[in-house]
Amino acid sequence: MSKYPAALGGKSQPPALVRVVRDAGLSAIVAFGLFASMIGLRLFPTGNGMKLHYRWLMLAAVVVAVFAGRVIMLTWRANRPAGTPQPRRIAEAINHAGKYVGAVFLIAAATLPLYGGRYFIDTGILVMTYVMLGWGLTIVVGLAGLLDLGYVAFYAVGAYSYALLSTTYHLGFWTTLPIAGLLAAVWGILLGFPVLRLRGDYLAIVTLAFGEIIRVVLINWTSFTGGPNGITDIPRPTLFGLKFNGSGDPDTFAAFFGIDYSLTQRVVFLYYVIFGLALLTNWVSLRLRRLPLGRAWEALREDEIACRALGINVTVTKLTAFAIGAMFGGFAGAFFATRQAFVSPESFNFGESALVLAIVVLGGLGSQLGVALAAVVMIGGSELFRDFAEYRMLVFGVGLVVMMVLRPRGLVSGRTPSIALGARKEIAAELVAQGRG
Amino acid sequence: MTALLKLTGVTAYYGAIQALKGVDLEVNKGEIVTLIGSNGAGKSTLMMTICGNPRARDGHIHYDSQEITRLPTFEIMRRGLAQSPEGRRIFPRMTVHENLLMGAFGRPPHEAVQTMEQVFTLFPRLKERMAQRGGTLSGGEQQMLAIGRALMSRPRLLLLDEPSLGLAPLVVKLIFGAIRELNRTTGLTVLLVEQNAFQALRLAHRGYVLVNGAITMAGPGAELLARPEIRAAYLEGAH
Repeated sequence: MSKYPAALGGKSQPPALVRVVRDAGLSAIVAFGLFASMIGLRLFPTGNGMKLHYRWLMLAAVVVAVFAGRVIMLTWRANRPAGTPQPRRIAEAINHAGKYVGAVFLIAAATLPLYGGRYFIDTGILVMTYVMLGWGLTIVVGLAGLLDLGYVAFYAVGAYSYALLSTTYHLGFWTTLPIAGLLAAVWGILLGFPVLRLRGDYLAIVTLAFGEIIRVVLINWTSFTGGPNGITDIPRPTLFGLKFNGSGDPDTFAAFFGIDYSLTQRVVFLYYVIFGLALLTNWVSLRLRRLPLGRAWEALREDEIACRALGINVTVTKLTAFAIGAMFGGFAGAFFATRQAFVSPESFNFGESALVLAIVVLGGLGSQLGVALAAVVMIGGSELFRDFAEYRMLVFGVGLVVMMVLRPRGLVSGRTPSIALGARKEIAAELVAQGRG
Repeated sequence: MTALLKLTGVTAYYGAIQALKGVDLEVNKGEIVTLIGSNGAGKSTLMMTICGNPRARDGHIHYDSQEITRLPTFEIMRRGLAQSPEGRRIFPRMTVHENLLMGAFGRPPHEAVQTMEQVFTLFPRLKERMAQRGGTLSGGEQQMLAIGRALMSRPRLLLLDEPSLGLAPLVVKLIFGAIRELNRTTGLTVLLVEQNAFQALRLAHRGYVLVNGAITMAGPGAELLARPEIRAAYLEGAH
């Protein structure tokens, strides 16, 4: 199929219209073959067996839609201006707008409880948790370039650390939070050691297995973790010792400030806790990027052999990336446990790892703003489609594919230099070959 | 003269394949020494073995009269060696400035500013390109960056692995000129691995010829250049 209009194609080519119709007709036939049984036929259970229904109208509609879509696509392609689009200009525009978009987002997020309802704030907490997880994983995947498919393991370690410490030793949330982060970091290092020599796909497989091991241990070590039943009655966090409940005791938030108790108070408080934790993650990773350690992570992503030649201790560099990334996963896990007041291994399956990784990749590897945008789109978006439960994953999947075709390097793909030199010259990632120079 | 780098009977293996078969080599302070040989002779392996990756199985490597044979790579590199690896291996998505800073990893920050000025004096082109991504530089500029990055750690011994690889003759001349300049003005010791035997032997004080993982000839650069067997093996058809 030629990209050029028929006028340029010479005499041997059939007219453009014929070619377009032929091409679109072929697509329609493929669509028919594909959807004839999936959409055209439907089984209904009846009292004594199954009954077959034919849905020819619906099938025809899908086939026509494919045909029309193909025609539109081909027409657009033929009339598209010559030359490649300018990724640089797009990247520059995004980067330029990035400063304002980031500020607007920050203000919108900080003031969310002022204008949002209960459901809105609840969704905000969920989104913010994934923003934090995304930023944590960005350190490992985006900066250090270590593909980690088992990030949920650290989330789980953090959650269970808080759940167990609070229910067994009655430690408070704020005491346990650093411990949970520390324990997750230790597990990060433990995972780091065996995978030091691995890269890319091999690393991904081992981390995937690691995530599963943690989950399986949580399920089967019933005496310690409660097994599939999980841990219940996990205490809620307090604000300088003030509890959020309706008991009317003097040490509750409502009684201390002399206001009426409402459930929203706790939800708003939880929202600001995760907002603060997410900001901490962001601040720390931005800080680290400007330090030699952060730059070493990025160099490691670019070329490990060159790093060795420059005298960088690759082992320590990798382990710190795993440990710090895991630590933030652990913080997020502790928050998750205190928010839900209940943890069970079910919350820490591979799907969670994949979701967080998708957020990081979709946002653009290493871009803080991109991760936040992607988390809002993915988590907020799927919340939005909750009413169409059946089609949610479909929309989600199509969205991901379209996104990766249009912007293969993520929403915000330009890499900002860790040191600015006067006038900034942004060069889109598209223009720079990945991997070896 | 004292040897800054001394290899005695060094062997190295890739699995069961022996890549180096007992190499003896010396680099004295302030010298430019070149190691020439054809494809697969083990030149780059020797370079990497000095840096401890792969480690030498037998033999000894001494740097500044201290044994470095069994040290991990980053320990070796911190003792004042720097390597500009084969194929340049700059960091493509990082800026020229960041690339150079990576070379000064583990050194005090104020020193890096100073050293960078020296690198810019040597390669003014890099200063013009400072804010540009490494991957967008031309081949010659990338090679300058790779050498500049190695110099950022203020090495006493610079290991250069095929700096002329894939570069136009004019650019090669420029880079070799810079190496000579550096050696003359700062007394930097250089071990240069090259396939471009003619250029390398003209630049170097002394040269070694590596064939199948063993040194077959050694001597002053000019002397090696004059030898008929060298001319036949490495310089036939060269200018």
